[in-house]
Parts: sequence; C-alpha cells; structure tokens
Amino acid sequence: MKIIVCIKQVPDAKDVRLDPETNTLAREGVQSIMNPYDQHAVEEAVSLKEQLGGEVTVLSMGPPQAEEVLKQAISCGADNAVLISDRAFAGADTWATSYTLAKAVQKIGKFDLILCGKQAIDGDTAQVGPGLAIQLEIPFVTCIQKIREANDTELVMERMMDDGYDVIAANYPVLLTVVKDINQPRVPSLKGKMKAKKVQIQVLSAEDVGADSTKIGLAGSPTQVVDVFPPPPRGERSLLTGTIDEQVEQLVKKLAAYI
Amino acid sequence: MLIVDNELCIGCGACEENCAFAAIEVVDGIAVVGDACTLCGACVDCCEVDALTIEGAEKSVQMDLASWNGVWVYCEFRAGTLATVALELLGIGRKLADARGVKLSAVLIGSGTDNSAEKLIAHGADIVYRADDEALTYFTDETYGAVLTKLIQEHKPEIVLAGATAIGRSFIPGVANTLGAGLTADCTQLGIRETDGALLQTRPAFGGNIMATIECPNSRPQMSTVRPNVMKELEFDASRSGDIIDVTLDPAMLKSRVRVLESVIAEQDDVNIQESDILVGGGRGLDNEKGFELIRELATSLKGSVSASRAVVDAGWIGYPHQVGQTGKTVAPKLYIACGISGAIQHVAGMQSSETIVAINRDKNAPIFDVADFGIVGDLFEVLPKLIKQIEEQR
Ligand SMILES: Cc1cc2nc3c(=O)[nH]c(=O)nc-3n(C[C@H](O)[C@H](O)[C@H](O)COP(=O)(O)OP(=O)(O)OC[C@H]3O[C@@H](n4cnc5c(N)ncnc54)[C@H](O)[C@@H]3O)c2cc1C
Ligand SMILES: Nc1ncnc2c1ncn2[C@@H]1O[C@H](COP(=O)(O)O)[C@@H](O)[C@H]1O
Repeated sequence: MKIIVCIKQVPDAKDVRLDPETNTLAREGVQSIMNPYDQHAVEEAVSLKEQLGGEVTVLSMGPPQAEEVLKQAISCGADNAVLISDRAFAGADTWATSYTLAKAVQKIGKFDLILCGKQAIDGDTAQVGPGLAIQLEIPFVTCIQKIREANDTELVMERMMDDGYDVIAANYPVLLTVVKDINQPRVPSLKGKMKAKKVQIQVLSAEDVGADSTKIGLAGSPTQVVDVFPPPPRGERSLLTGTIDEQVEQLVKKLAAYI
Repeated sequence: MLIVDNELCIGCGACEENCAFAAIEVVDGIAVVGDACTLCGACVDCCEVDALTIEGAEKSVQMDLASWNGVWVYCEFRAGTLATVALELLGIGRKLADARGVKLSAVLIGSGTDNSAEKLIAHGADIVYRADDEALTYFTDETYGAVLTKLIQEHKPEIVLAGATAIGRSFIPGVANTLGAGLTADCTQLGIRETDGALLQTRPAFGGNIMATIECPNSRPQMSTVRPNVMKELEFDASRSGDIIDVTLDPAMLKSRVRVLESVIAEQDDVNIQESDILVGGGRGLDNEKGFELIRELATSLKGSVSASRAVVDAGWIGYPHQVGQTGKTVAPKLYIACGISGAIQHVAGMQSSETIVAINRDKNAPIFDVADFGIVGDLFEVLPKLIKQIEEQR
C-alpha cells in the first residue's frame, strides 16, 4: 500500500490576533504548526501501513521552513518526505495549489491512497483535497470520520454529513480528507525522533515537477485577494447587574423575542 | 511576484505595518519581501511612494467574460427536503441577478423532488434546472458534480452559489476545479461592483481574525460557497412564475466510482447546528456529562439546539457534530447562549457572527464576555435552572 499524505504548515490561529489599538495583526510570537487535521491524516496513514504494509510519503508545498512539519510527520511514523518549494508559488489559491500538488504526486509516482486534512486552519477552505483528486482524475470522499474496513482492494468508511453520516465503499486509487474524529494522533516515539533528525527531505522546485508556469502561483490562481480588513467590532459588552434572580429576569426580558 | 522598486522605496515601514502575514520587512532602509507573502496587495495600497507592484498574472488564454451570463444557485436537496440555505441563497441570488439585470436560475439535483421546483420559483428563481433520478437518491461527488458541471458548461452562468454545507463544501470544489473556475469558500457577504459587474466575495480568514475580499478577475464562472444562516430568504410568493426544465441525464453522468452503502441520519434531530436559529452551547464549566443535561433542558425550552466547545467534545460528553469553533462548525444563529465556556479564540471564531450572544460564566474575566451582548457572572448551576423556570413561565 503506497500512501501519500498532504500536509501544510500553518500559523497557530490562537496566536494570530488583531491589535485593538492599531487594528493590524499582532504577530509577535506567532508559532507555525502542522495543520491539526493533517496530523490526523498522518496518523491514519501510519496505522493503515501498520495494518496492510507499505509506505507513507508526506508531501508539503510551502517555504523552506515547512521542512519542520515534514520532520514531525516522520517522527510520527511516515517513511519519506517531499517538499515542493519555489518563490514562483507565491499567491497560489486552491486551484494553483491543487495543480502544483498534483504535479508533485505524479513526480513521486505510483500511489494507492492519498490522505488530506479536511481543511487548513489558515484559510479554512477545504478545497485543495477535492481539487487535487480532480487534477489526478481519481475519485475522492471528504470528511471521513472512520475507516471501518481496509484491505488491499477496498475501503469501507463513514463520511460525516450535516445530519449524520454516509457509509461509503471505494477502491484504490482514491483521495480522502479526514476529520479529527477519525483517530487520536500518537506522540512521536524516540526512534521516530531519531529518524526525523536524519531524514533526507527531497526538495523539488516548480521546474523539477514540470509545472506549467502559467498554472502556478498568482498567475495560475483564478481567485485573488483584493482587500483584507479587520472584522467589524461587536457592540459594547455588557454585564447584567443585580442579584442572580434580577439578572435572570432582565435576561428573559431581553430575550423575549426568542421565547 | 511582489516587486520592490529600490529606487523609489524610502524605507518608511508602512508596508511592514500593514502586512497581515508578516511577510515584508524593512532591512537597511529597503523593504524586503519574504516567503510568507500571499500577494494580497495590502502593502501596495498603503505605499505612498508607489514603490511596490505586483507583477500581473500572465494568462495564456484570455477568456471572453461577456459570454457568461446569469446567476445560479445550487439548491441542496437531501432525504426528501430542501436545505434552508438553498432558499437563503435564492434571496441573495435574486439581489445579485437584479443588480446585473440577468436571470436567476436554481439547480435541483436528487430524487423524489416532488414540488420542490415550484417552491424554488416561489422563493425567487426564474428558471429551475431539475435533475430528478433514482440514481441521484444518495449524494455522491461524482454524480452530482457531473450534472452540475455539464449544466454550467452548457449554459455559462457568470455566478454560481452553493451552501457551505457538508455536501456543498465537498463537491463544489471538484466542480470548480474541473471548470478551472475560481471558488471562494464560506462567504459571509456578496456584492456586485458596479463598474465592471465583478462579484466581490467576502469571507473570514484566520479563524475570523481577519476578513478578506476576493474576486475572480479573469475567469468565469465566479463561484462561492456561502455560510448557512447569513443570507435572508425571500417570502414565499406563489404568484411568481418561472420555467422548470428537466435535465436530460446521460448514463455516464449517473456513475460513481465510490458507492454509498447506507445513509445514516442521526437520531437526535438537533444535530445540524448550522441550521438552528437558537443554540445553547455548553463548555467544561458544566463539570460532567450530567451537567450537560441542563444545557439540553434550556435548549428544549427555547426550541433550540445544543452545541459545545471542543473541551467537552474531547471529554466525550457530546459528539463532534455539535462542536463549534475553528476545528468544529461555524455557526451564526440569531441567539447563542454560551454556558461555562471560557471563550478561547478558537471557539469564538466559530460563533462570533451570531446575532445576539449571551454568556454565563462564573469568572468575570472570561474572554467570552468580550463578545457577549449580555453577560451574567454567576454559577451556571444556579443561573440555568432559574432561567429555564422563567422561560417556562413566559410561555
Ligand atoms: C488548533 C486548535 C483548534 C481548536 N479548535 C477549537 C474549536 O473548534 N472549538 C473549541 O471550542 N475549542 C477549540 N480549541 C480549544 C480551545 O483552545 C479551548 O481549549 C476550548 O474552547 C475550551 O473549552 P471550554 O471553554 O469549554 O473550557 P474551559 O476553557 O475550561 O472553560 C470553562 C469555563 O467555564 C467556567 N465555569 C466553570 N464552572 C462554572 C460554573 N459552575 N458556572 C459558571 N461557569 C463556570 C470557567 O470560568 C471557564 O471560563 C482548539 C484548540 C487548538 C489548539
Ligand atoms: N500547501 C500545501 N501543501 C500540502 N498540502 C496542502 C497544502 N495546502 C492544502 N493542503 C492539503 O489540503 C487540505 C485542505 O486544505 P485547504 O483547502 O487549504 O483548506 C489540508 O488539510 C492539506 O491536507
């Protein structure tokens, strides 16, 4: 079983805050982390490998420092790591990212299964997984909450829906995106950490994967950000006053429309 | 690529200050662009000496944008019912279509859609494209995607909207990618720019810490998924008229490489928290699973649904579909009552656009009070029973 997991390095959103005085983003001490959903994708890949045998390759598109998350994945049981990195990727939207990752996957070669996180917490788009599958002309299933059965030819799994879940069967090759319900990521083992220290990360440029320069970065992106601004402030916060009974009474009055 | 003109740059640092991504830095009196640059252009706008430019996207093929015409809404239909977000999207779709002077069309895909098409017309659609077939009973990305892709290729609408639901956020990205179209996820605001008719799509990013406006300057259709509960539906008006067109489905479109074996609808009817007008959210302050009963009771008395912070989902008191926040669902109900929730940024990211927010917490410094319209500092085991009792008395 050859599995590829796409992982992204993202800023830890809890550190990204607006400076209330200047209304710009306060960015001191913003940590970079592995996208939380992608940790679950790595875990699922490693446990499928343990069950069925095979190899797990982790793939990331990003700046050179994205090596950190690839190493983290190695320490959690992945076997190989590929970083696709090029200044020409700047401004890539989900279309260009899907295209670029597809080129990298084709360069890596044969695979049975691709796992992605449901979404990346910086943009929250959830578009790259499906986009990558379309580029590779393979089927995809999003929001997998459980893999019930897996063997060498077929997967049976549960995909989360708004009103419950669907049970789905698929053959390889297929791309899945996972939600965090699917598993509990393991902590890196000592052996894994040693391996991560020594691992040779393969770094590829746009040229190395044969990407068409009009399809990557800003040029390859049908969407463009034209404005960023702080969210409109909420009204004044207001604590009710008086005894608890009085406060509850005031609240019930304020909420009359909903009762 | 963001280019700095070293001759013009005076090293004032305005760009550095305005960069949301910490991607530009003044070194030795000259702005230097780093790897984190997303080419958002905020720095270009604030540069007083015009030292910054973004190298234009060189498109190999220029698209004839004017040949794309009309506003479309994908109207989600599952297990015999139309999603409420479908009607909300017809509301905003109508506005956009009128602003552009074009028709509003609805796409209805499923089986046993009965009088849903008529309903869509009564809610604002001029045309309904109906694909009703037994093979479309269950949602699959490939079948629904094939139908919508074919319709878009045939009719070339300039704008396509869909709900940011589990279904919409799954197959719409596939459709957009097949078409090479731009897709903006999870929009909370949509507008038309008068000068050129471009769709301006606004959405929260970085867990709601910043808002971004996005457009698709060179390609059509312009596609967006839109959050449930933010747009307003039009009144049902039976006197509205429109055309219903049954779509010819060729067998290849009805084939999916993945198979749905079963569709399990959760027995609690309140599981779809994104569709609820009233949410009562419980956090770790409830102490244990039993404490959570109080939340259910309050939700029942308000005819609302139950949501939760990640801490209690992790503790197993309630299932993940109820989780609100950055790694859970984003909700925007009319009323959100947070009980025993501290208001961590990741939680607030998922509920801050609620219309009215009430917080009950015994710690007066809890950050949840910063987003609350009404706050009660107190022990929820005292407050909630009293609140429930008074609500019951009001009815
Ligand atoms: C990458 C990442 C993603 C995350 N995503 C999410 C997400 O999607 N959603 C989410 O919710 N969290 C998320 N979190 C977790 C988040 O940071 C918080 O840990 C979590 O929201 C805390 O939940 P809580 O408010 O229920 O618990 P706590 O923070 O423990 O707060 C409990 C509150 O209850 C109050 N309280 C206690 N007893 C009483 C009482 N008797 N009466 C009244 N008040 C009482 C306390 O004063 C306290 O304020 C994420 C974290 C990370 C790192
Ligand atoms: N730059 C990237 N490199 C590798 N994987 C990515 C990248 N961007 C997105 N992904 C994958 O696609 C998923 C969805 O991302 P998004 O569409 O950006 O929300 C993530 O969870 C990753 O698995």
